[in-house]
Amino acid sequence: MTMEITNMHMLIPGLPLLAFLINGLFGARWIKQEAHWIAALAVAVSWVLSVMTLLKVMQGHTYYGDIYTWISSGGLRVSVGFSIDELTAVMLIVVTTVSTLVHLYSVGYMHGEEGYSRFYAYLSLFTFSMLMLIMSNNFLQLYFGWEAVGLCSYLLIGFYHQKESAARAGMKAFIVNRFGDFGFALGLFLIYLTFGSLDYQTVFSAIDGWQSPAISLLGLETDLATVIALLLFCGAVGKSAQVPLHVWLPDAMEGPTPVSALIHAATMVTAGVFLLARCNAIFNLSPAAMAVVAVTGALTSLFAATIALVQNDIKRVIAYSTISQLGYMVLACGVGAYSAGVFHLYTHAFFKALLFLGAGSVIHAVHDQDIRNMGGLFKHMKITAITFWIASLSISGLPPLAGFFSKDEILWLAYSSGGSFGKMLWATGTLVAFLTAFYSFRVIFRTFHGEFRGEVEKKDHLHESPASMTIPLMLLCAGAVGAGWIGLPALWGFENHFAEFLKPVVGHVAAEHGNYSHSEEWMIMAISVAAGLLGLGLAWAMYARKTDLPERAAGAMSGVPYRLFFNKYYVDEIYDYLIIRPTVWVAKNILVTVTDGLIIEGIVNGIPRSIGRISQWIRKAQSGVLHHYAAVIVFGFFIMIAASLIWAGGN
Amino acid sequence: MLPKLFFFYFAAMITGLSVLVVTRKNPVHSVLWMLLLFFNIAGLYLFLNAEMIAIIQVIVYAGAILVLFLFVVLLLDLKKEIAGEQYTDIWSIAVSLVAGLFLLVIITFQAFEIADSEPVMLSDLGQPDAIGRMLYTEYLFPFEITSVILLVAIIGAIVLAKRKLKE
Amino acid sequence: MIPVTWYMMLSAAIFCIGIFGFIARRNVIIMFISIELMLNAVNINLVAMSHYLQDMRGQILVFFIIAVAAAEAAIGLAIIISLFRNRATVHVDEIKEMEG
Repeated sequence: MTMEITNMHMLIPGLPLLAFLINGLFGARWIKQEAHWIAALAVAVSWVLSVMTLLKVMQGHTYYGDIYTWISSGGLRVSVGFSIDELTAVMLIVVTTVSTLVHLYSVGYMHGEEGYSRFYAYLSLFTFSMLMLIMSNNFLQLYFGWEAVGLCSYLLIGFYHQKESAARAGMKAFIVNRFGDFGFALGLFLIYLTFGSLDYQTVFSAIDGWQSPAISLLGLETDLATVIALLLFCGAVGKSAQVPLHVWLPDAMEGPTPVSALIHAATMVTAGVFLLARCNAIFNLSPAAMAVVAVTGALTSLFAATIALVQNDIKRVIAYSTISQLGYMVLACGVGAYSAGVFHLYTHAFFKALLFLGAGSVIHAVHDQDIRNMGGLFKHMKITAITFWIASLSISGLPPLAGFFSKDEILWLAYSSGGSFGKMLWATGTLVAFLTAFYSFRVIFRTFHGEFRGEVEKKDHLHESPASMTIPLMLLCAGAVGAGWIGLPALWGFENHFAEFLKPVVGHVAAEHGNYSHSEEWMIMAISVAAGLLGLGLAWAMYARKTDLPERAAGAMSGVPYRLFFNKYYVDEIYDYLIIRPTVWVAKNILVTVTDGLIIEGIVNGIPRSIGRISQWIRKAQSGVLHHYAAVIVFGFFIMIAASLIWAGGN
Repeated sequence: MLPKLFFFYFAAMITGLSVLVVTRKNPVHSVLWMLLLFFNIAGLYLFLNAEMIAIIQVIVYAGAILVLFLFVVLLLDLKKEIAGEQYTDIWSIAVSLVAGLFLLVIITFQAFEIADSEPVMLSDLGQPDAIGRMLYTEYLFPFEITSVILLVAIIGAIVLAKRKLKE
Repeated sequence: MIPVTWYMMLSAAIFCIGIFGFIARRNVIIMFISIELMLNAVNINLVAMSHYLQDMRGQILVFFIIAVAAAEAAIGLAIIISLFRNRATVHVDEIKEMEG
């Protein structure tokens, strides 16, 4: 039983890896435009296996074990192993489902592009890495997957590497993530130092009942668990684009749109949330770290939502929306509602991937990303428009769509997490829900309704995308509608299946929740729906009915908040002044001239130069004349005899 | 007294002929002096009870190898070559090196202590039957290897010396 | 009775003359003859030792040396022929493509 399970588990990441190897090695020369067959087939089989895994897990057959000893050095022993539990099963479904649909979608979207096989090779590599990340049974393998998805993200953002902005965006994503990963790595070192192992089971069972020692760090009195938790959270901040490391995600939109859907909306960026859920045992030990997590999440969601209000690039709006929703998930984890966070991750994967793929479909038709140049697309591309509508309704949290259930659960659990702190988080979340509805429908009304504002000659070429693109849209649409129904709230008289399912891994939400009445819960639900509807209505009023209202509103806000939002709070500029310019200055004036120019180049060039000079002198011995060589041989012979004679005489 | 006389005769002949061999301007002369030299060496071998080796020296060295040399020397048109400078630019270095080496070897020989007493003579030392028996028993394997070396030499010589075939 | 060192000295003298011929002569054929001379010097030494030690193995070794010398002569002369054919010279110091 275990044996066959193991084989199945190995195949789930193994098939995408195989597809990557085949496409990577033979793609450019032989496979070319047929690359999608291998990649899509591999990930589709992985999806089937993931579903089988989920069914097994639902029957209670979890798995935890090592496959192969990876590192064995002194006391450090790290294996490649799998941990298949409820959380992993959910993530497996999310990753393989979205990945399969994106593979399918890309057949149409990327058709005829240069580097088609390379694109599929990267997608497969990404899928493999992401699956390794979520299936890992130890922190190092998690870290491996973590870095590997970062690499794939870099490669895919910079897929159009001839475009300078794309290449720069790739680098930005990579470098910004380094900051987070640095903290994450330190966290792993601390875990190893403290618990002597990197295995989940060993670490988490050691944490059970562990008294975290108080330590002093940089003059601050704190305890070890807080430090570890915050360091791990650093990694999550980088990967899940939380404030202040969110700057890479909007730029990541330079990559092909299917990549944005898969990596920068549905899967990779949620790895941070997955990490929080996975390490809930550590975070639960430290209320301080939890508060930091919750506040970061709330701030990020508000911050990104306000920026999204005024952006004109359709993909950027969705990117900020992603950041905002990730903030929601982190907020949920911060109040201990891990299952709600993962639930939102799960529903968000569907409607956000749908939004991105819909945006890709629009871009495919219009060849432009600016919503000011769109409009009236509804009658040209009905499937895209309808699915986009549904996704936006879902993200706005309107029942009975998927987004409603997960968002409502988060808001309720935030509200009930206790005290004014919880109420503040809830108020922020509700405000964000309103803003989310507003900017989502702003995009819809600007894109699909009204008059087409683009160039006239483009208007005749507007068309619906091919079937390979619309079919994934429709499938994801089904997810965006129905994915939430497995977690219907207890308030409505259902068992919350999703939360119950994840309970063995992430536990139950704290006990205070019992102190609140049902009427309050109904009220919260009503407010969140009302916020969504209000946002929708306002967007309709501003962008669908009367078209000069936005300018007046921007003027009425006296420009300052508008400019602040429009320029993304100047975060990029602040980083430019505080970090990039000093770094570049140091690099140019100290590293290039002194370290590199004088020391390293002095050594590197000096050694060969002196070797060259000596050789110029020695090479004269290589006269090429046989007699000279013979004379030298005889001379050597002479020396040897003389030396042995002297040596013998000396004895 | 008589053996010493014989030895001095051979030693003088061999040394003198060697000098002649390496100093003649015309290779044909060198080879012919070499022929005479080999006969003298064969005589020395007889003097040392090495009848078989003496015979081989005459047949193989003088009869085969030297004839081969003579063949090649006559095959090449060397008139123009002979007209040029005979010695290399480092001939003086060569002389001093060789002189030094010889002196050194002479000094080294002083360290040798070999009993000059007449050893017990093996009756069949150097007899063809004795050498043959040894070659076919104790040294059978090297003997066979020699045949392979000669075969390789034959093939190699043909490959090296043949003209390039037209394609 | 003649001391063995005499033979050895004779052998060394012939060997040195061979070295001189090899280093000092430009003509590749003479150089080649010098090599044969050196081989003969070694052979004299071996036969003399064989006689004085009453050991036939010295003569066996001479036998093999002569066989190898025959092979070497064949190859060497073939090289000389192809050299002369390609470069029209037997003067070795004119051939120095390997000059550094």
